[in-house]
Order: sequence, then C-alpha cells, then structure tokens
Amino acid sequence: MSDATIPVGALDGARRSDDAAEDSGWAGPGGLVGWLGTIDHKRIGRRFIVTAFLFFAAGGFLAALMRLQLAVPDSGFIGPDRYNQIFSTHGTIMMFLFAVPIGQAMAVYLVPLMVGARAIAFPRMVAFAYWVYLFGGVMLLVALVLNIGPDAGWFSYVPLAGPQFGIGKRSDFWAQLITFTEVSGLMVAVSIIATTLKMRAPGMSLDRVPLFVWAMVVTSTMILFAMPAVMLASTMLITDRLVGTHVFNAAEGGDPLLWQHLFWFFAHPEVYFIFIPGLAIVSSIVATFARRPVFGYPAVVLSLIATGFLAFGLWVHHMFATNVPELGKSFFTAASMAIAIPTAIQLFCWITTLWHGRINLKTPLYYVLGFFFVLTLGGLTGIMLAAVPLDLQVHDTYFVVAHLHYVLIGGAVFPLLGGVVYWFPKIIGRTMDERLGRLSFWLFFIGFNVTFFPMHILGLAGMPRRVYTYAGESGWGPLNMMSSIGALMIAASLLLYVFNVVRGALQGPSAGVDPWGGGTLEWSTASPPPAHNFDAMPVVGGREPLWESNGIAGSVVNLGMKDREVLITSVVEAKPHHRELFPCATTWPFFTAIGTTILFIASIFTPWAVVWGSPLVALLATCWWWPSLAEARRHREVEVPSQ
Amino acid sequence: MTHRRSIRTLGAGLWSCVIYGATQVRAAPFNQDAIAAAGPQAAHIAHLWNVMLAVCLAVFIGVMVALAIAIIRAPQGNSATPPDSDALAREERPASRAVVLAVLASTAGLALVFLASVHAERALAGMDRTGALHITLTGHQYWWEAQYDDPAPAQVFSTANELHVPVGRPVIFTLLSDDVIHSFWVPNVHGKKDLIPGHSATFDLRVDQPGTYRGQCAEFCGYQHAHMALLVVAEAPDEFDRWAQRQRQPAAEPAAPDTKRGRDVFLASTCAMCHAVSGTTASARKAPDLTHLASRSTLAAGTLPNKPENLARWIEDPQRYKPGVNMPPHALPPQDAQALVAWLGTLQ
Repeated sequence: MSDATIPVGALDGARRSDDAAEDSGWAGPGGLVGWLGTIDHKRIGRRFIVTAFLFFAAGGFLAALMRLQLAVPDSGFIGPDRYNQIFSTHGTIMMFLFAVPIGQAMAVYLVPLMVGARAIAFPRMVAFAYWVYLFGGVMLLVALVLNIGPDAGWFSYVPLAGPQFGIGKRSDFWAQLITFTEVSGLMVAVSIIATTLKMRAPGMSLDRVPLFVWAMVVTSTMILFAMPAVMLASTMLITDRLVGTHVFNAAEGGDPLLWQHLFWFFAHPEVYFIFIPGLAIVSSIVATFARRPVFGYPAVVLSLIATGFLAFGLWVHHMFATNVPELGKSFFTAASMAIAIPTAIQLFCWITTLWHGRINLKTPLYYVLGFFFVLTLGGLTGIMLAAVPLDLQVHDTYFVVAHLHYVLIGGAVFPLLGGVVYWFPKIIGRTMDERLGRLSFWLFFIGFNVTFFPMHILGLAGMPRRVYTYAGESGWGPLNMMSSIGALMIAASLLLYVFNVVRGALQGPSAGVDPWGGGTLEWSTASPPPAHNFDAMPVVGGREPLWESNGIAGSVVNLGMKDREVLITSVVEAKPHHRELFPCATTWPFFTAIGTTILFIASIFTPWAVVWGSPLVALLATCWWWPSLAEARRHREVEVPSQ
Repeated sequence: MTHRRSIRTLGAGLWSCVIYGATQVRAAPFNQDAIAAAGPQAAHIAHLWNVMLAVCLAVFIGVMVALAIAIIRAPQGNSATPPDSDALAREERPASRAVVLAVLASTAGLALVFLASVHAERALAGMDRTGALHITLTGHQYWWEAQYDDPAPAQVFSTANELHVPVGRPVIFTLLSDDVIHSFWVPNVHGKKDLIPGHSATFDLRVDQPGTYRGQCAEFCGYQHAHMALLVVAEAPDEFDRWAQRQRQPAAEPAAPDTKRGRDVFLASTCAMCHAVSGTTASARKAPDLTHLASRSTLAAGTLPNKPENLARWIEDPQRYKPGVNMPPHALPPQDAQALVAWLGTLQ
C-alpha cells in the first residue's frame, strides 16, 4: 500500500492551486432543486437531527398520554385499543425513529468534520437514506392518527402480530417501518465507516482518530451486522401475513420462538448502538471541559470494540422466561454481566480524566454528570436482570421499564442533550444561554428520576408492563401518580430546552470558531462550517490536533475546490493515496426514495407491489447513476495522473 | 448555604414520596409482591435480590463518591484554560493503577453476583418434587384454564382463573397456550414462565404460607392483557382435598323454579356455545368452565368481585368492563337475566 501513496504537496504539481473559497464548487445549486438535491453532509445531518428530534417529540407526547392514563387506577381516559397502539408506537418511534437515527445523524454531521474531510463518503446514498427515513416515519405517524397504528408492541411478538391474531394492517405498517428504517440505517452505517476509514486527513492514523469517531465506527459496524436479522424477521412476518407463508405458525411447523431469537439478535445489540453514540458524546465533552485529553485512550477504544462484540452474545437474556435450556441461560447470564466491564472501564477513565483535569463546569458537563448518575444506576439494574432467577421475577414488569429508561435516557438522551448544547455553536454559529441550560438540566434530571425511580418499586410489587389500567386495590396508585407528575416535569424541561435552542438560534451571542476551546478538528473551521468544511484541508500531527503544538502539521494543497476534489487516504496510517472527484448534487435520490416508498407502502396491501415497484425503483436508480460524459472526462483528467 | 439546604429539602421530600408509595403498595389488599415470599422459590429469589441490591448499592455509592471527589478536588478552569496536552506524552502511573484496581474490584463484584445467581438457580432447580400435584394450565385470550390431572380419569377436573393448592406440597404445571403467548406469574410464589403456542413448558412451585396470592399475565397478549389475572389459594391439605372433591361434582339439578328457568336460559341461549357446566349438556371449552362459578371470588379473570349484581352487569355488557374480550353482550329479558344469575349463583 505504501508504494501507491503520493506525498502530500506533490499531488499533480503545478496544475492547480488551492482555489479561494468564493470559487468553491462545493456550494451546490440553490432554490428548491438545491434543497431537495443537496448532498452536503452538514445540511443532511442538520435535517436528520431536526427530524429525529421531531420524532422524539412525537414519541414523548405519546408517553405523556400513557402517563395521564396511568396516573390513577381504573382510569377511563384511553381505552385498551388506543392504549396498545400508543405504547407500541411510542416504543417503535423511540427505538427506530429516534434513538438509532439521532446517533447516526450526529455522525453524519460531525464525523467528516472531525476527521478533517471535505465531505462524507457516498453522499447521495446518505441523502437517499434521509428521505427514506423521513417517509417511513411519516407513514407510521399517519397510520397511528388514522387509528391503524401497530398494536402488538415495538417487539411485535408472533402470533399476536401474526396473520391470525394481528387484525387489519396494523402489524404490516410496523413491519414495513422496520424495512424503511433499516434501509436507511444500513446506508448511513456504510457511509460512516467508509468516511472514517478512507477519507481522514493525512496524518490521522488510527491511533489519532477522535474517540467520538471510534465510537461511531463501532456503532456503524454493529448496525451492519445486527440489522439484517430484524430485516429478515420483519420480511418473514410480512410474507406470513400477506402471502400465507407459515414461518412463525406453530400449527404448520413454524415456530413463534424463532421470531424472538431473530428479533433480539438485532434488538439487544441495538441497545448498545443506541448508547455507544452517547459514550461518543461523553468522551468529547469530558475532554473539552476537563481541559485535557481523555485518560486511557487505548483502553477506551478497546472497550468500545469489546462492547461491540459482546453485545451480540446476550440476546437470550430477553427470553429467560421461555423454555431455553438452563445451562444456556447461565452462559447468557455470564455474557450479560461481562459486558458491564468495558462500560465500567470507560466510566473509570472519564472519572480519572475529570480527577486530573481543570474543570470548566458548563451545561454540557452537567448533562454528562447526569449521565454518570443515571447510567450507573441503569447499568446496575441491568446486572440484576442478567441473573436468571431475579429476571424471572421482574421480567416484563415496570422494573424493566425503569431499567431500560435509565439505560437509554441515561446513556443516550442525557449525552445527546449535552452534545447539542456543546456543538450548537458550531452548527448554528451562536451559543445557547448558560443559565437557561442549567435550569432545564436540573428540571430534566429531577423529573427523570421522579418519573422512573418509582417504577423499580412498582415492578417488584407486581405491576406488569403494557397494561392499560390497573385496579385500585393493587396499591400502585400513589407511585404511578408520582411517576406521572415526573413526566410533566420532563415535558416542562424539554419545552424550556427547546425555547433555549430557538432563542439561541435567533439571538444568541455569536460563537466564533472555537467557543469551548475544543481539541478536535471541527473546532478549527468557521461556525457554521463552509460548504467545503475546511478552507485548507489539515495535515494532522497529533491526537488532539488543536491542543498540541504540532497538532496541525500543515495543510493539503492542490485539492481543487471548483471540481470538488477529495483526498482518499490509507486505512491505518491515513497516508494520501489518490484524489477523487466528488459527485454533484442531484434530486434523483429524492425521487428514488419516493419510488421506494411507493413500493414499500403498497406491498403492505398487495404482493404485486413488489413486482411492479421493483422496475420503478430500478428505473429511478438508473437515472440516478446515469453517467454524464462531461463528468467522466473530468474524472479522467483529475484521477489519472498525467504521465 | 440556602442553595444546599433547598436541594436537601427537595431530596428528602422526594424520598418521603417514594417511601409513602412503597408503604401503600405493601398495605394493599392484593398479595402480589415479589419480595413478600410465600414459598421457597420466591424466598430464594428475594434473598438473591438482597445480595444484589447490597452489592449494586455499594458500587453505585463508590462510583458517585469518586465522581464527587474528582469534581470537587480538580481546580476550576474555563474555555480559555490552556489544555493539558502533555498528558498524551506523560505516563500517568498512579491514575492507571487506580483505574486497574477499580476494574479488578468491579470484576470481582460481578463474579460474586454471578456466583450468587448460579447458586439461586441451582436452588430453584433442585426443589424436591416427590408427591407433586399436577396441573395443566392453558392460557387463553384473556383467561386461565386449569385442569387438575390425575391418573384416574374420573378424578380429573377443570376450573378457571382460581387455583387451589395444598400448602407445602409441590405443584408441577404443564403450561400451554391456546392462542398467543401468555406468561404465568404469581410473584409471591415464584418468577414467571411463558405459555407459548406449539411448545409445552413445565414449571413447578410450592406455597408454604396459607393465603390467597394474586398473579397476572406478564406477556403482552392483546386488548385485555391488563385484566388477565388469576388467584392462587393455598390452603391446608385436608381443606384442599375437600375443595377438590367438591370441584369433581357435577352441577346439582336446580330445585327452585327460577333457578330451573335460569338453567334453561343458559342452555337455550348462546352461553352454552362457549361455556361448559358439567351435569348439563353444555360442554363447550372456548370459555371458562362454569360448573363451580359461585365458589370463585372473582369474575372475568380477576376483573370484578363475584357478586350477583356484578354477574348480571357482566353478562349484559362484558365489553363495558373488559373492552375487547371475546364474550359478546347479551340483551336478555329481565326475568331471564335474573333467573340466569340466580342459577349461576347456585353453582357452588
């Protein structure tokens, strides 16, 4: 490999000088066409983030409805039919339309900036992924509003979701939503991995890759391996329902347990690829606000990778109450407990970083401290759940509801809310208000614990999950009321947070390039970054490029701005390898996404949609990939060194 | 400092809310509590809970104290503080040692709870099953069918939603499902086990304390998952034998004219298409066996107390109490309805 590398600066010598920003070909067309056709990772990333937060708001609204219903025993506010749709859609939105996409959305925005790249790999595919995600999510919400939302839980266990007991088209909407989000998730994952491995700035060898980026690569790789399992399962569910295959039908030799294995083989790693992006954000915030690099970089990276591997070995702990053999269960107990070790290593490394740092206690760090408190509790109840005997008692009770919210909100939402405050100046160019930020943090932190802590006790006291009501004689009333009041506090804190975001975006003080004094490359460019990310692509000389004296060793010259040239570097050492012309903006991914949406939604109703939809998608994709002669000529000019 | 005091007041206030809520749960009429063990299995699990709670609390406190010290001892900085980039080159020996120690300690803690877990599992699996009572429990949307098995066919009988078991004698359940996945769970007695269509599972338990324990379906099973409860009545062996003997008897021939009319209404209306009453021609198995309905304390799988007025209302419009239940409404003429309730009330 090293033979093929071209020393920086010698890239096709004098032919071209580094164009000025005004001459940039990166900006792309304006107007509606430009808006629909953009392939700028920052615009797509921003859209992705905003859309994911809108789905978070929708899911949160549904949660508030559930808490209103459960506030008092024997309440008649929502009937079982609506309630089942609401809790199923709440879970589905939060897991598939918020938690996974928001991590990927942050990666789409930040990873190219952190590795010093001009753009993201496969940008049209990322644009396509966004549109497919948006359309799928809208489909789910429309189904819910029309009273045909999924009602068999976010896990859609068969046979309840199968053809015999799942009425109407409700579970089909769920299964197709999975298809939408998985197509989107897989594409973004591929793009993040390719960007990180092949487009890093020269000099950013693997041992200098920021922890944030490492975590996102681990997340994306996990997505690549986990999502096919649930895609397979949901497709089998659709064929069972639509064309009468009997994959899950026990009466015809199928097996309902197969569904659980396939589903959890995806859904347990999913928990980890929801919270590893949270760890990514924590690593960034801890370093910046402790004013020093994270302690134990190799240990943290190896822990992330270990988590990624172990996460695939514990899905059966969701199935301890089925008749899995006892010895097998002990294996999964051990694996479920072992995965706590890499998380503990990271926790200790961060605490050590703070211990030996100089602490700048600002809102993002508050959220990280909240993360420590909440995630540690959630992790410890997770260890309890790994023990088979204890799990048999609290499985499918409110104890698990408490546990999973401590892990997912603690592990993903706390860092995310801190991360938004942290990168807001970079993305918007203005800063959010510090006092309002702290106020909304405290309200959120207290509200969260008031909501979810009592659920531990409710679960031990026998309250099962997914019940639309409970009897007054159970004695569960007061704790449920407390929990509902906490939910209102969470709602208030999030409204305050949104107010702070809007206020900051409209009239916050101008941020400047690097308001927090961060050490990674995104803080070296303007806020918000220009379309081409960096006026001069950096050559990296250290792990914290902006903090080390020789952190930015130089810059890459001779990369054409007008022709949108990007530098491809080697995987391990990030040595310059060749340059490549980037594609131009196009609306075809948008139209292909519409065609794909037609195929997916129509196939809820008729199998013929696959027959007629496939040529449609093929046609649109052909238009998308249709080569242009002019572009091919330029490719030849630039990429083949003239000898 | 008023700031600190108000935080303390807030914390104390929230804690007292939690404690109050927890006492309300304990004081409730329902016996449905994983910590209040009424049998050896639940006791083993409650013991494991105590061990894990202690270990986890210690770890949690340890981590929080370390974090608090880190925050308090570290000097203040701000965004302009020069970053300590030398840390990349320095060997941070004491810090490494502290982290390694902490990781070793947590691994040891994990090994401890793992062993405790395996120990509890073995205790659960090793329960003595000699002389066990056998019950086949079938889950239906949204009720429980229990068949008390016996080598002699004449001794076999069925009931629904209320199990009686003798104190101190192991019970072996065969768990089946007629439709979707359900989960059998009586927290005071043992953990849960799923009832999965196409699979049969066995599950055993023993109740040592006499009493009535409530259980509830723990796997989401559709509209009325919330109202799929069952009661386990644990009583002295001779009391249990008397109860079982009664359950084996068919329904008596009604004596009074209105109960006679009630029975005829039952047999002539749609009731008999789903329900069975032994001793009559009604033998359908789609819905709970009603041969000894009046001996049970609840109606509709724990939804309503078993009182004549509730029964009348339930028959008239089950969807009002349990929307989505498979039983249709019955608009019977008032006299027929009264007679029906009167006859059902005689099915002791």
